[in-house]
Amino acid sequence: MRLPKFEYLSPRTVEEACGLLAQHGDKAKVLAGGTDLLNVMKERVIKPEYVIGLRGIRNLDYIEADGTGVRIGALATITAIGESPVIREKFPCLAEVPAKMATVQIRNMGTLGGNLCNAAPSADTAPILICLGAGVKIVGSSGERVVLLEDFFTGPGETVLENGEILAEIQVPGQPANTGGAYFKMSRIAVDLAIVGVAAVVTLDGEDGVCADVKIALGAVAPTPIRAKKAEGLIKGKKMDEVLIEEAGRIASEEASPITDVRSTAFYRTEMVRVLTGRALRQAVEQAK
Amino acid sequence: MKRLIQLKVNGEFYEVAVLPHRTLAEVLREELDLIGTKVACNAGDCGSCTVIMDGKTVVSCLTLAVEAEGREIRTIEGVAQGSELSPVQKAFVDHGAIQCGFCTPGMVMSATALLEKNPKPTEDEIRMGIAGNICRCTGYTKIVEAIQAASQEGGQK
Repeated sequence: MRLPKFEYLSPRTVEEACGLLAQHGDKAKVLAGGTDLLNVMKERVIKPEYVIGLRGIRNLDYIEADGTGVRIGALATITAIGESPVIREKFPCLAEVPAKMATVQIRNMGTLGGNLCNAAPSADTAPILICLGAGVKIVGSSGERVVLLEDFFTGPGETVLENGEILAEIQVPGQPANTGGAYFKMSRIAVDLAIVGVAAVVTLDGEDGVCADVKIALGAVAPTPIRAKKAEGLIKGKKMDEVLIEEAGRIASEEASPITDVRSTAFYRTEMVRVLTGRALRQAVEQAK
Repeated sequence: MKRLIQLKVNGEFYEVAVLPHRTLAEVLREELDLIGTKVACNAGDCGSCTVIMDGKTVVSCLTLAVEAEGREIRTIEGVAQGSELSPVQKAFVDHGAIQCGFCTPGMVMSATALLEKNPKPTEDEIRMGIAGNICRCTGYTKIVEAIQAASQEGGQK
């Protein structure tokens, strides 16, 4: 099916884009990589009168080291995230995610901002970014605000973005020494959406393997990506051993509330949260050492 | 309102007037008569519409033609040098990697881009590199062998 007709607007600045969005409200949609929006439009699920292409805006596609952390422009492609020397060095657990997502072509086109704003519960970039404590900078006509990524999602396909606002930047803070992370994903075939995604970032306390800090995030098993705070609470401050990790997996699986859909069943997803949490924690600990 | 755009395809400039909702795949095929690029799923999943844009493979069915302006586009028509097939194309022919041929243009573009970036890929890297190109006929074995053969030859275009 062909795309429905629309008028294409190409603002030159973020402010101009926000103005156009605010002006046209529900009749407009923002276009980044196009891999989600254009598909949904072909299916006639939405038919915006105006498509606001962000490609013409300079300075939205960058990956820059900033103090100890990294600032990523919303239009940075998924491929760029995986290839960035800065991200590979500072956040290897994030650099490993793109290879687990979609296909080469989709990664070359899709953007980090787009993946987050599309807000699929299964978004592969979300869990590890949540565990890294990432924030997103939102720009609107009334100014800028920074929101923690874990507070950004409000429901399937829904975010805190208000009318006229655009996600402009993703900010990933530097991690303490002895920190490691991992993202594990299960899917029907290699290039499919996740049926379960689990990320973990662990900071170890010196040499004795005690967990100084931990974050665990689950994707595809709740209306939004969520943190498994009870599992985190179990581990924090304790020595990371196999018994603890397995128990954490079990608790994390109870924090998930997956559905049964065409890709998988709630039962299997719950089981796989348990398994993948264990794997993610083990690899995070290995990396942290 | 139609917009007059200039597309650079296989080194040549084309001027076309297009409505914003036309995809690059449609414009290549219907306005420029470059019908080597195929449209199958039209949803970005099968990869038969794959072209190379600014050095990277994209699915042209999810690319707006108006956003392809100012970029270097390479299609299957630009892979051979005159009547001389590229090493990837020759290897596909020699190794039986083509049956119905419908996935082939997209598959050749993905293989070409893969070898340009990674001249000696492992089998796993090849399989992941063409994971965005679905083939109904061959079962992929001969395609992978062809790409391995082309990589050993050391040349790719």
